[in-house]
Amino acid sequence: MNVQEKLDSTLFEQSRRGRRAFAQAPDVTEATDLPQALLRRDRPGLPEVSELQVVRHFTRLSQKNFSIDTHFYPLGSCTMKYNPRACNTLASLPGFTGRHPLGPLSHAQGFLSCMWELQEMLKDVTGMQGVSLTPMAGAQGELAGVAMIRAYHDSRGDHERREILVPDAAHGTNPATANMCGCKVRELPTTAEGDVDIEALKAAVGEHTAGIMLTNPSTLGVFERDIIAVDRIVRDAGGLLYYDGANLNAILGKVLPGDMGFDVIHMNLHKTFSTPHGGGGPGSGAVGVGERLLPFLPTPVVSRTLRDGEAHYGWLTERDLPQSIGRLSGFMGNAGVLLRAYVYMRMVGREGMRRIAEYATLNANYLQARLQDAGFELAFPNRRASHEFVVTLKREAREFELTAMDVAKALLDRGYHAPTTYFPLLVPECLLIEPTETESKQTLDGFVDAMIDILSQARDRGASFKEAPHSMPVRRLDDVKAARELDVRFGKTA
Amino acid sequence: MSELPGDLMYTSEHEWLRREDDGSVTIGITDHAQAALGDLVYVELPEIGQVVETGGDMAVVESVKAASDVYAPVAGEVTAVNEALADDPEKINNDPYGDGWIVRLAPSDDDGGLLSPEDYQAILDELDN
Repeated sequence: MNVQEKLDSTLFEQSRRGRRAFAQAPDVTEATDLPQALLRRDRPGLPEVSELQVVRHFTRLSQKNFSIDTHFYPLGSCTMKYNPRACNTLASLPGFTGRHPLGPLSHAQGFLSCMWELQEMLKDVTGMQGVSLTPMAGAQGELAGVAMIRAYHDSRGDHERREILVPDAAHGTNPATANMCGCKVRELPTTAEGDVDIEALKAAVGEHTAGIMLTNPSTLGVFERDIIAVDRIVRDAGGLLYYDGANLNAILGKVLPGDMGFDVIHMNLHKTFSTPHGGGGPGSGAVGVGERLLPFLPTPVVSRTLRDGEAHYGWLTERDLPQSIGRLSGFMGNAGVLLRAYVYMRMVGREGMRRIAEYATLNANYLQARLQDAGFELAFPNRRASHEFVVTLKREAREFELTAMDVAKALLDRGYHAPTTYFPLLVPECLLIEPTETESKQTLDGFVDAMIDILSQARDRGASFKEAPHSMPVRRLDDVKAARELDVRFGKTA
Repeated sequence: MSELPGDLMYTSEHEWLRREDDGSVTIGITDHAQAALGDLVYVELPEIGQVVETGGDMAVVESVKAASDVYAPVAGEVTAVNEALADDPEKINNDPYGDGWIVRLAPSDDDGGLLSPEDYQAILDELDN
């Protein structure tokens, strides 16, 4: 082992028998009242290390993080905005963290009142009639949404409606969701201007149409201008409209998905309403529905009844909603994420919501205009950005072998997290850039300077960024080898 | 500039098709398609005997950037698949028109609708602009 490897070794490798961390030392060392047959004979494979080793280990790991707390993080369609510390502080109050989910309802009235108000606020900001907070991630919210569409058609004896229309610009989760719900996916092309191809839509709808899944603004960073026509065509054909809330941040308090004609929406509360995310969880994919889908909401839903002028909160279960698609999580989803969203929404208020959308859009358009001036090619140069936009490096890749991946890696060396690369799939060599509302003009200008530096070094001085990054804990990873020879096991003897 | 053999037929979805002497057709993805996808890491092949429709999903090719369906240029029954791709998906990158073939079909409906090399080249030219 060299010095770096010693520093990077796992706690298991550092373990020495009998070593203790005082703070974690158990109070009781012998479990005398357990039956002999249940006692283990061999020692558990837990690391035995000192408190200082633990502190150093995790501090060092955290220093390797490239995160929103340390760097600008313009990852497109991920809304990596600042998560106010107050949300975390208030969601961690002992009254919330000490609550047992199986405790009596009378002990949970405070928590439930927050959840009920959260449901109401989400209805208000999306123009929906009902909300269920139970899905535990965006993908589960999508599953709930399409399952409700299916349940709706089935409840009317309309069993032939099994086709879900998905634009080719969609997130991959949309077709995956439709598949998981037993539906057939029908892909819709996008016009050169970034809108859904209306003629193709007209040709695609029919008696088998269950619905359409749309993200608006789309993953191309533009607002679907023909949304009224889309609504009418799908509705006239007997289909329902599903709103993927991935890009809700762009229209918060400005346009209501309900007003655009959507029947069901999922919201990524962790993105739009402030929970640190990007590491795979925990999340919340709360769903909202219009009138037609109300009976099918997943359970449980928080209820409020007035007795003698006093509000009492409880749960609506399958007994109250017999047509519900059912339960999607134990208890009611990720309570901590829901509480953070509640605090965030209460802090920013109705006026603040509008300003979030305004500044997210302003920042994206400022960044887009500056990068275009600097010589970068936009995928949709005639369109105003919503909250994100797409740059294509097709020309740079062809003329001097500067690919989207090279730019992404070179940005890391300049102190910026990479934008989303190679998505949306229909734009070659693309970067999808979302600055969010919480970045300052100085930060955006610094990012533009870094982009100009990379472009001019490659174009004017023939510099290659194939080896970048140079300053990170790991250099350019061989992602092909990693995928072909996947090895995720930790071997003590390896 | 990607390679484009003159003796094959093509689709706008970037598959190629070769008519064999025994009446079967061999199918793969074009040089342009493999270059756009980048290094392939996984190929999902159909079962032998599976019946596919024209334009239906037939196989999946996955690179570090994206996973894409491979569509059947013609309808028919799968008579052979390139098993070697399971261990060496990079054969498609290295030799898309040879060792990187994907599926062989006994066509049931080979009614044309395929693109000549010139027509496919025209599509590629448009993509480049």
